[in-house]
Amino acid sequence: MSLDVCPLPARGPSDRIRLREGAGGQAMRELIQDLFLARAVHVRPDEVGPRDMDDGAAIRLGDGFLVMTTDAHVIQPAIFPGGDIGRLSICGTVNDLAVMGATDILGLTVAVVLEEGFSRADLERIWSSLQDAAEEAGAPVLTGDTKVMRRGELDGIVITTSGVGLARRVVRSRGLHAGDQLIVSGTVGDHGLAVLAARAGLGLEGALLSDVAPVRALVAAALEAGGEGIVAMKDPTRGGLAGALSEMIGGSNLGVLLDEASVPLSEPVRAAAELLGIDPLIVANEGKVVFAVRPEATAAVLAALRAQPLGTRAAVIGTATVERPGWVVLDTGFGRRLVVEPEGEPLPRIC
Amino acid sequence: MNAGPPGAVPPGLPPGLPAAAARLQFRDPARARALGEALHRAVDRAVDRTGQPVTVMHVCGSHEQAIARYGLRASFPQALEVIMGPGCPVCVTDVPEVDEAVAMARQGLTVATYGDMLRVPGSGPSLGDVRGEGAPVEVVYSVADALALARHQEVVFFASGFETTAVATAAALLDDPPPGFQVLSAHKYIPPVMEIIAEMPGRRVQGFLAAGHAATITGSGVFEAFCARHRLPVVVAGFEPLDILAALVALVEQVARGSAEVDNRFPRCVSRQGNLRAQEILWRVFRPVGGRWRGIAHVPNGNLRLRDAFAHRDARRQHPVDPASLCQGAPSALAARCVCGNIMAGIAAPTDCPLFGGACTPDEPVGACMVSMEGTCRIWQQYGGQVRLGREPPLLPDPTGRTA
Repeated sequence: MSLDVCPLPARGPSDRIRLREGAGGQAMRELIQDLFLARAVHVRPDEVGPRDMDDGAAIRLGDGFLVMTTDAHVIQPAIFPGGDIGRLSICGTVNDLAVMGATDILGLTVAVVLEEGFSRADLERIWSSLQDAAEEAGAPVLTGDTKVMRRGELDGIVITTSGVGLARRVVRSRGLHAGDQLIVSGTVGDHGLAVLAARAGLGLEGALLSDVAPVRALVAAALEAGGEGIVAMKDPTRGGLAGALSEMIGGSNLGVLLDEASVPLSEPVRAAAELLGIDPLIVANEGKVVFAVRPEATAAVLAALRAQPLGTRAAVIGTATVERPGWVVLDTGFGRRLVVEPEGEPLPRIC
Repeated sequence: MNAGPPGAVPPGLPPGLPAAAARLQFRDPARARALGEALHRAVDRAVDRTGQPVTVMHVCGSHEQAIARYGLRASFPQALEVIMGPGCPVCVTDVPEVDEAVAMARQGLTVATYGDMLRVPGSGPSLGDVRGEGAPVEVVYSVADALALARHQEVVFFASGFETTAVATAAALLDDPPPGFQVLSAHKYIPPVMEIIAEMPGRRVQGFLAAGHAATITGSGVFEAFCARHRLPVVVAGFEPLDILAALVALVEQVARGSAEVDNRFPRCVSRQGNLRAQEILWRVFRPVGGRWRGIAHVPNGNLRLRDAFAHRDARRQHPVDPASLCQGAPSALAARCVCGNIMAGIAAPTDCPLFGGACTPDEPVGACMVSMEGTCRIWQQYGGQVRLGREPPLLPDPTGRTA
């Protein structure tokens, strides 16, 4: 009997932008490196600039740093279980500032682009929610911009926020050493699965809520307790915990050993992930932080996090190692496997 | 393993926690360690008897998902190889079958199909490609979705899947579906392809894990003649990590003893005779015919086609297209290097393929195994592609002190 080859035609590389180039993974990093960073400015070694591809930029100001970041929000649906695009767009920027170490937030800008025909009631709700989140985060909205596009030129609403804050010490997303411990501030997968379940109409919406929240106070408490013992921070948004850990070890000679049983999951997330066949490690969070901590600071940081309302389920989930550099290895309790950063776009328009 | 009825609360646990209890029953790492040790002993005995490493095959994408998801291969003995056979129905759907569906969609017929099928190219474009050109192609999650669509328009349900999903299609056809509902069957029947694998020259496979969900329909008895004919053991396995480990222990113990019997290790769902009502429905609507499985071979009785009594529901007879006229020439240079066929036959692993993870990714698949969530390459890609991780000690201290 002869075995033939699998007769599928191959497809050539695309000369068009594909969805995955906005998905937060390798394809997006390549687009940024190849195109956007080709003529990017250089900053001083102690500063953070575009080439660092961190959560924001940090430039020297007096004896501290001015940190700035920007984030566009395109989520579908704009109003989702546990939040809406207004709250999300504040948290996206505030959290990027916070994980750079800028917990003292000077102000935010908000640009709203609307599609002709968008519901005014929805806009009022979104704006009110945005203001509430800004107050909760201690981040004043100082200026903004408004545009309306013709029907069909945009899907509903896009909100772009920028922010500036002050940091005494800049904490980068990369800065790990072998033996550092990894702490996550709470349950993972809530945002992504809540949005996905709402879209799929699974009827699970009552139980599944997005975790969208500003983490400024949480990060401030951790930095207060851990000081220089906190060596890296990252908010696990697109790409989830897996993507955040991959970025944290990116370009280093370190790997991460992740203990699955220690990763906090809510029961609804566990159930929905099982039902949908989606790994909660790879879906977005919007109110969580991953900390890399020197072992001697772990206990203090964990205690400080657990004393915060958003940090009650904080847990040590793994360690940085010299084993399998560049890879996140998951101990499932049954064996071990690699955790792969999601490529492609399993969940478009999640944030 | 004495699992007990599903949802039962094991002794010592508070009542009212059936979901948590079920998880503890079938996802308990301590019990997995005990089974892992039993597996090592069984493999040692089998190697002693046969003088060669043990190779067994499963024929189900859901088994591969569970093995990869739980990192089970990292805990397998070095002398045990568990390979995936043709267990992905979308992957083995043949090119002309896709071409037929594409042709129907291009004629303006609404074609409803499962999401995985959308991106499987035929000899030319995929259903997804022609949808992009404006052809009416709808993604459905079940035959019920297709029936709902057919209440308002004529719908061709391009139905893929093994005997498990074929029963759902058959039940829909028997339950007075809307007049516009037709079926283009790409359903496949697993037992015959196991014969093909068993008869392959140079076969290394020494036993099979059978898919628990399919056996729920057919019964474990369907494999008895196969075992006797080929002197190969078959163990029916469920899909939790402990189900798979327990079934592997039973299978390798048979290899070590040199026995060739059917052993049902999924008794909480599977009986010897199976679901007689489902079988009656299946064979009232479908008849087995020979046909090609993509990348593998002609499989006698491997395809399920509608019986004459359902000719008026058979899109193949109502809208005949000549697949030969649709073929768009030879495969590309890249596709010629794809070893998908050998992977589905269990002769090659994804990592043997020069395209795996490079030129062939889930976003831009070259072979069908990279398209479907049940395809071997897609699963390996999803879980990192390297499956032989070392057996290091547990990462974090076990707070319960259970660490072996």
